[in-house]
Amino acid sequence: MKTRVLPGFHLSLGYTLAYLTALAFVPMFALFHKASSLSGEKFIAAVWTERAQAAYLLTFGASAIAAAINIVLGLLVAWVLVRYSFPGKRLVDAIIDLPFALPTAVAGLVYSSLYVENGWLGQYLVPLGIEGAYSRLGIVLVLVFVGLPFVVRTVQPVLESLDADIEEAAHLLGATRGQTFRRVIFPALRPALITGFALAFARSLGEYGSVVFISGNMPFRTEIAPVLIVARLEEFAYSEATAVAVVLLTMSFAMLVLINLLERWSKRHAD
Amino acid sequence: MPTDHLPAGATAVSAVLCSASPLQGSQSHFAPKSEGIIAARAPRVVTVKRLARAADSPVSVAAVAGSPRVAAARRDSPVVRWTLVSLALAVVGLVIVLPVVNVFYEALAKGVGTYWDNLFADRDTRHAIFLTLTVAPVAVAANLVFGLAAAWTITRFRFPGRTLLTSLIDLPFSVSPVVAGLMLVLIFGLQGYFGPWLREHDIKIIFAWPGLVLATAFVTMPFVARELIPVMEAIGVEEEVSAVSLGANGWQVFWRVTLPNIKWALLYGVILCNARAMGEFGAVYVVSGHIAGKTDTMPLRVEKLFQEYNTPGSFAVASVLTLLALVTLFAKAGLEHRTRKEQAEAARWEAEGEKRE
Repeated sequence: MKTRVLPGFHLSLGYTLAYLTALAFVPMFALFHKASSLSGEKFIAAVWTERAQAAYLLTFGASAIAAAINIVLGLLVAWVLVRYSFPGKRLVDAIIDLPFALPTAVAGLVYSSLYVENGWLGQYLVPLGIEGAYSRLGIVLVLVFVGLPFVVRTVQPVLESLDADIEEAAHLLGATRGQTFRRVIFPALRPALITGFALAFARSLGEYGSVVFISGNMPFRTEIAPVLIVARLEEFAYSEATAVAVVLLTMSFAMLVLINLLERWSKRHAD
Repeated sequence: MPTDHLPAGATAVSAVLCSASPLQGSQSHFAPKSEGIIAARAPRVVTVKRLARAADSPVSVAAVAGSPRVAAARRDSPVVRWTLVSLALAVVGLVIVLPVVNVFYEALAKGVGTYWDNLFADRDTRHAIFLTLTVAPVAVAANLVFGLAAAWTITRFRFPGRTLLTSLIDLPFSVSPVVAGLMLVLIFGLQGYFGPWLREHDIKIIFAWPGLVLATAFVTMPFVARELIPVMEAIGVEEEVSAVSLGANGWQVFWRVTLPNIKWALLYGVILCNARAMGEFGAVYVVSGHIAGKTDTMPLRVEKLFQEYNTPGSFAVASVLTLLALVTLFAKAGLEHRTRKEQAEAARWEAEGEKRE
């Protein structure tokens, strides 16, 4: 091994690896080891019940819908923050990160209080038949809250660094603002939008704290996969809980790989 | 890696992240090469933004604003502008501001006296506040040391598996907190792998304080490291190498050269890590066992009071957590502002130096 100028390589690498191993690798290994102790049939029986299927579908569906909504809302907010000036802009810019900092339990609590029948928003929405609390809609609402800053913060720097030249060129060539946005700006933003979608989606898949307050957690209707894991745990059915956890973890990893491929593809096409 | 989602030729951000490191040309290992599967996550995106803004302010924005033709090409009609601004404000108001206002409204609905009693007259709530204030700092301290070690390893040395290690640090972000808690139960729980041994020696981890710390540390593990890595990469190794060549030992280099350079990034990472640590719910929920007055942290207390139909009490605890979140946000905004100013100043100095030459 060649000599290194700076000291501390072995100490810092050793510490990093030891910490990662103790806190992350060993627990993950334990999870997969425990799951593998189930026979194939038992594993299938644990992860493929009708209740579990409904939970996966809801987790996936609600996360995807929320992330898609966030694409639109996030692009709007990022655009306004980068391109226009208005009073209170710096405050808005700072407060966008609130969902990162606010405990998810608080988010769930306050969202359910806003959308119940006598809540600030519920009193107008419930008579219209829009049930924002203890419903699937409620799950989407909190996931939109949790995911919004991911899209804004991914799109914002790209929008800031966009060359003015290309817009000028489009303008000089006679494009309207709408055409410029559609044909010039949007393609440049697409990779960032996909990344933002991915981040919001991945975060939503595992979200627990906020959803548990607002969803009502009814099996088959409003129960998401993490809630199902906790329910199994509370029945002391550790193997079943582990099996569902492995499925959820595998879904998150698969999503990340897929999204990465998508991102590369999108980048290649943008060039 | 941070710049992955940027289109080729994106100016400011990639310029900063790639060329801010003076070593880039000669020692290419500082350039992020391939992306790990868990590459870009939000906090790092924030860093990118911070750097981008810092770089933007002195040069490129001025250049853009200076050209009237470009300004015309980018100008939207007032109708479009105001419609979009109002829509964005409505979104932010509805999604973020209204909930915050509602927390404080509900907490204070029965008056300040009741609010105070809800927080401090209840023994279990008092204990929950105490527990959160002890668990979070321990977890943050552990991840602070880890973050420093990881950033030093990754940005100061080149070794096989370096890219992989960088992605592995982010691993906890892709694990659902509930699953993280479950992993710990499988290891340390009564029926877990170490369960019998722990019981023999009368050590409690699950349903006790150590479990809470472990769960919190797992979930918040990447925060400090991911703030430090891009900053230390951008600073480069020159100053540290000079210090070593002048005879400084490892600790002297760290305390006198590295730490002063990274102190703001470090503080930033600690603030983010702490916010998440204090608010963690899912992972802690699984390992705590919910013994009131013993293993309930503040977020868990919020849930328990809510289940007991003590809504004002629940909102009182929630309001303290919200206050913490707001303090975190403003500290963060302040730090970003500071970093921007410092970078702008550095850029000015550099420009003046070039002029003199």
